[in-house]
Amino acid sequence: MTFSPELEAKFADLVTHYPEGRQRAALIPMLMFGQDEIGSVTQEMMEELGRRLGLSTMQVDEVVGYYSMLHKKPMGKFHVQVCTNVACMLRGGAELYDHACHKLGLGHKQVSADGRISLEEVECMGACSWAPAIQVNYDFHHEVSTDQLDTILEGLQK
Amino acid sequence: MALVNVTINGVSVQAENGALLIEVAKQNGIEIPAFCYYEGMSLQAACRMCLVEVEKAPKLMAGCTLPVAEGMVVRTESEPVVKARKTTLEFLLSNHPLDCPVCDKGGECELQDMTFKYGVGESRFTEAKQHVPEKQWSPVVFYDAPRCILCYRCVRVCNEGMGVGALGVSNRGVYSEIIPSHGDHLECDECGSCIDICPVGSLTSGIYRYKTRPWEMEHVGTVCTHCSNGCKTTLGVRNNEIVRGNNRDRSGINGEFLCVKGRYAFDFNHHPERLQTPLIRNAEGVLEEASWSRALKLVAEKFKALAGPKFGVIGSTRTTNEENYLLQKFARTTLGTANIDHHRSGDVVTLVDSLSGKTGQLGTVEEVYTAKAVLVVATDLSQQHPLLANKVRANFRHHKAAVYAVTPGPVREDKIARKFLRAAEGDSIAAVESLRDELAKAGDLVILFGDSIQGEKVRQLVAFGESLGIPVKYVCLVDYANSRGAMDMGVLPDLGPGYHATAPGLNLQQMLEATDLSALWVVGANPLKGGKTLASKDAFVVVQDLFRTETAERADVVLPAGSAYEKNGTVTNVCGQVQRIKKGIETVGSKADLAIIGLLARGMGVSLGAVDADTIFAEIAATVPGYSQLPMPIILTGGAAQTHPVNGRVPASTVPGNISSARDTLFTTGSLTRYSKILNEVLEKPGALYS
Repeated sequence: MTFSPELEAKFADLVTHYPEGRQRAALIPMLMFGQDEIGSVTQEMMEELGRRLGLSTMQVDEVVGYYSMLHKKPMGKFHVQVCTNVACMLRGGAELYDHACHKLGLGHKQVSADGRISLEEVECMGACSWAPAIQVNYDFHHEVSTDQLDTILEGLQK
Repeated sequence: MALVNVTINGVSVQAENGALLIEVAKQNGIEIPAFCYYEGMSLQAACRMCLVEVEKAPKLMAGCTLPVAEGMVVRTESEPVVKARKTTLEFLLSNHPLDCPVCDKGGECELQDMTFKYGVGESRFTEAKQHVPEKQWSPVVFYDAPRCILCYRCVRVCNEGMGVGALGVSNRGVYSEIIPSHGDHLECDECGSCIDICPVGSLTSGIYRYKTRPWEMEHVGTVCTHCSNGCKTTLGVRNNEIVRGNNRDRSGINGEFLCVKGRYAFDFNHHPERLQTPLIRNAEGVLEEASWSRALKLVAEKFKALAGPKFGVIGSTRTTNEENYLLQKFARTTLGTANIDHHRSGDVVTLVDSLSGKTGQLGTVEEVYTAKAVLVVATDLSQQHPLLANKVRANFRHHKAAVYAVTPGPVREDKIARKFLRAAEGDSIAAVESLRDELAKAGDLVILFGDSIQGEKVRQLVAFGESLGIPVKYVCLVDYANSRGAMDMGVLPDLGPGYHATAPGLNLQQMLEATDLSALWVVGANPLKGGKTLASKDAFVVVQDLFRTETAERADVVLPAGSAYEKNGTVTNVCGQVQRIKKGIETVGSKADLAIIGLLARGMGVSLGAVDADTIFAEIAATVPGYSQLPMPIILTGGAAQTHPVNGRVPASTVPGNISSARDTLFTTGSLTRYSKILNEVLEKPGALYS
């Protein structure tokens, strides 16, 4: 399989960031950027990246299985991630997640019928100081109340 | 290495500096329990079962990864340690289904044993257990994730031991599970090492599962009948049926290694087409069932009438030394013929001759593991000789051995080789020559070579080895369990037992092509395989075999023979190591080849003396060069002892030409292939060399 020329250029640069013989370390960023472009981590992508880095497809699969930000099935155009880890939980993260579930009619890692929005309950995103935090694609929203969440979600529907 | 003083549980012991604490304790009779630690594999430190108290260390330490140092004081049974073990087991059992009553592993389960010995007996966890349905990955491997304790033993044995890397771990936390190479199924060697090494009942065997309980079997240690490597396999026998093969007691030259054939392909014994009564060709030309007495009487009468120089005998590569010895003796004396041969798959004869006058130059399985360098020539070792390939990998892993491969196509050894060369079989010697400078610096070397190195090329290879100026040992690779023994016992047209010259007769090819053979007696071989024909149309053909092979279809009388798992005796492996085989089961109606020869002799009114394996072996030991000084205590107790070099010129007119390996892969085993259900069920069959 092939990626866009821009992504290929990024990949070519990425592998130079690691010491000789450790190129396999580029796997995680490659998977993430690949997922951003293709929409999910496909079998074909795992095989291709494995080939490029000298890893078996199963070794790539192990990494994909371990990291929750990598998805084998496509998520929505807007992927809403709600943290319910300790700091966020103490500040209402769990309630926020329940609210999102009801509002969207979706559960953990489910995608709306039109493919526009998906929901995921995630562990710590490193935004404890501004708990409870949510993340939509790569954008953070801090100290989110249920009202604010409604506004954010409504904004995504348009 | 320097010795250090360590105190374990108040006892001072000395140990090599840097040795692992768990090993030091074991050597001193102290058990530190562990699941993930496995001798010979890389360290994992995943299970936390081996935690011990070390003075001056701030917390409990994992004994499996802790190197000992001078003055270290260790307690393995103190209160914090005992408590930690209980907690570890409590965690390991927190999601374990505790379905021991229906689990195959029950009774020989490490988790069960550890819980019994160190466990707390109750759990504080009240959460619902995470259930995942069991998965079938291949005809032989099933995986039950909830039972898994994630010790990574299977992953490591597949990566390191087998060099396959078909298992991994996916997801994390409570969702972690072992995954197979191809998404939902395995494509691998199907060796089953992962099942054996699993400390719990998570990986189970498709053949053995739900058949029996471990304590209800008899365990019969014998030698695998398939390839020539001579792995010890312990057959689990219940009600006269073999239900499993493994070698968990690590007896024998293979330790606990077995390939798919050794572990599963015993199933041919119970194949429905197994012959259980003699067959005689009737007036209409059809083979019909007959009694043993009628068949033996007919064969004895015919043999008596047809004996002489026109009689042909073809021996086997799977029957015992005793059978081979008696067969050639009976042929050369009673039947008065020199026409005796077997399917030859390696030029051992020329190797023995090239090494005449030298001692200790035939490599053993152990030496493939200990040599500083190993050269693999013209063979796909991991396909054709799985144990030797395993030893090469272990040698690389444990001793950083320098591995060289000169093969016509890609082989698994490439990955670990210091250098690998691609050379057509005809060009192997030239390619080997190009490694001269490197090999000369190797320290010591074992050369393993395949069937294309025969005749003059064996001499060239030996000349090359001898000119390196370092100790070199050789292994001439051959096909089946007793290919080597057939040659040693003199089932050859011009060489008697111990490679002594005898009056020359026809070789196998010449026997098939001769138009005037009076009779052909085929014992445990299938020379007419692949559409070959017997030119002597009128020859009286007697076949002893387990199945109605192509050759049996041409026979006038077929006598049902016992398999290697149904008799006692000895076999000699590819390295010339003699081992005892032991009777595990019996198939009604069949007789061991040795017994058949004895009965035929009696029918002909000839006395062969007592015909039983021990008596014949005593005769072999007394008369056959190479076998005369075998250490009997080792062989009798199930060990392997190498035959001594013949040490003299072999005046062989046995020129190559009819030497060729059957080129079996991991998933084929000559004519037996089609009768093994498991070898026909696995996806990988029939497999291919150099791919």
